[in-house]
Amino acid sequence: MNPVLKLLLEGGNLNTAQMAQVLNLSEADVNRQLDDLKKQRVLLGWSPVLNLSHEEAGTVRAVIEVRITPERGGGFNRLAERISRFDEVESCYLMSGGYDLLVFVEGASLQRVAAFVSEKLSTVEGVLSTATHFMLRSYKEQRFLLEGKTGDAERLKVTP
Amino acid sequence: MDSSRYIAKHVINLPKSGIRDFFEIVSKMKDVISLGIGEPDFDTPWHIREAGIYALEKGKTHYTSNLGLIELRRAICQYVGKNYDLSYRPEDEVIITVGVSEGLDLACRALINPGDKVMFHQPCYVSYSPSITLTHGIPVPVPTFAKDNFALTVEALRAAWQPGCKILMLNLPCNPTGGTCDRAQLEAIAKFAIEKDLIVLSDEIYSELTFEGGHISIASLPGMKERTVFLHGFSKAFAMTGWRIGYACGPAALIEAMMKVHQYSMLCASIISQEAAIEALLRGEDAMKKMRDQYHRRRDFIVRRFNEIGLKCHLPRGSFYAFPDISKTGLSEKDFAVGLLQTEKVAMVPGIAFGENGQGFCRACFATSYEQLVEAATRIERHVQFLAAGK
Repeated sequence: MNPVLKLLLEGGNLNTAQMAQVLNLSEADVNRQLDDLKKQRVLLGWSPVLNLSHEEAGTVRAVIEVRITPERGGGFNRLAERISRFDEVESCYLMSGGYDLLVFVEGASLQRVAAFVSEKLSTVEGVLSTATHFMLRSYKEQRFLLEGKTGDAERLKVTP
Repeated sequence: MDSSRYIAKHVINLPKSGIRDFFEIVSKMKDVISLGIGEPDFDTPWHIREAGIYALEKGKTHYTSNLGLIELRRAICQYVGKNYDLSYRPEDEVIITVGVSEGLDLACRALINPGDKVMFHQPCYVSYSPSITLTHGIPVPVPTFAKDNFALTVEALRAAWQPGCKILMLNLPCNPTGGTCDRAQLEAIAKFAIEKDLIVLSDEIYSELTFEGGHISIASLPGMKERTVFLHGFSKAFAMTGWRIGYACGPAALIEAMMKVHQYSMLCASIISQEAAIEALLRGEDAMKKMRDQYHRRRDFIVRRFNEIGLKCHLPRGSFYAFPDISKTGLSEKDFAVGLLQTEKVAMVPGIAFGENGQGFCRACFATSYEQLVEAATRIERHVQFLAAGK
């Protein structure tokens, strides 16, 4: 694996200057490699992982199982890509099993999400059915536990 | 009343660990970046912790056999067979101990008669010499040197040998130097051990964390299995230091003797830790390799930085310690470490804590995050430049 990518995956919150030190490259080299990864569409972007459970104006999230009609030539792709373009859609996956697409959506309120499903998603030509599950609580996001991280507090500072 | 007059002579004469003094200073300070911790920064992989919880839930709260759970001993025999080319019988050639520390202590107590001489290479883990003294043996240190990447050489062994030497303790890869031996060096040591009729206590706790060349156990060399006690554990490779779980493999008569001491002192290792250890051996390899890969890259970084800073540092082939030479600063390792701590709040352990020929060196554990390592290196660099400017 590309060393820059590897470091991104395991390195925590290193900035490019720190990455340059670890990799023994110049900062310009690291930036160039990151640009290349972006151009190759390997590195798509940056997104913070947040714990919003304590925010008053938290968002509502839901997963929606969507059944769609495949099309000659393109299969599920054209419809999946079309659905993915909605701002409300966080992620979208083609699944095996009882439905076709699993769509993660986010909205400011339950009503907004419901409106998205009934007015936008289910009216797309080719969408056969939707089943919406609202998320009640998150325990782990993108490999981060939301509560109960132990941290270094208990470690002795010097040991043999 | 002076209660200290009751303390046994060989205990009262035992020097306090140099690490202890340093710990006292560090523990009173805030926001220190510590490169002084001799353990993985990773928590134990969850599936292993979960196995411990499951054991508790299932009521596994009782004593085990003195030798330890037979399932664990079987898993150990499989593991050392596959990874070390060693073959032991789980029934009578393996004993589960409370970490390698207990294994080493058991071996010393089972093997040393008062006055027996025990060779060990130095710089070394802090407990080696005291373990020998506490069992009324006589420590015979054998120096290792930076020029050899701190590998133990047969020449040094031969020079240090004296009549009455009975045991040779090895710790390869070594805490604090990361030094280890290649096959040729190990074969020469094995030949020497046979020639001098030495029993070898081989502490291979860092063996999984060997980055180049692969690890070879001295017990796997011809003629060595019958004169080696192979000591190993879970602390470093599986990030299980707090579980206190290890094992010893060796000739049945020696394991039996160690078991005698164990049954009258420790009785058995914690059953919860034993259950978790089974999980570690059966399904822990992927997590272990992931951690090792990270240590490997961190080692490459920190060793390069020490050399850039001007603190000459050999490449440790194993373990998670770098052992830079700080003598160029003109300070003793202790003054350097204390100064670094007070000025830049970075803790490294003075090499003298690991034996006299650790003088001029400091131990830096790189089992910590990249952010901390990068920042620590920046601070050490600043401190070294500050010292140079002050001359």
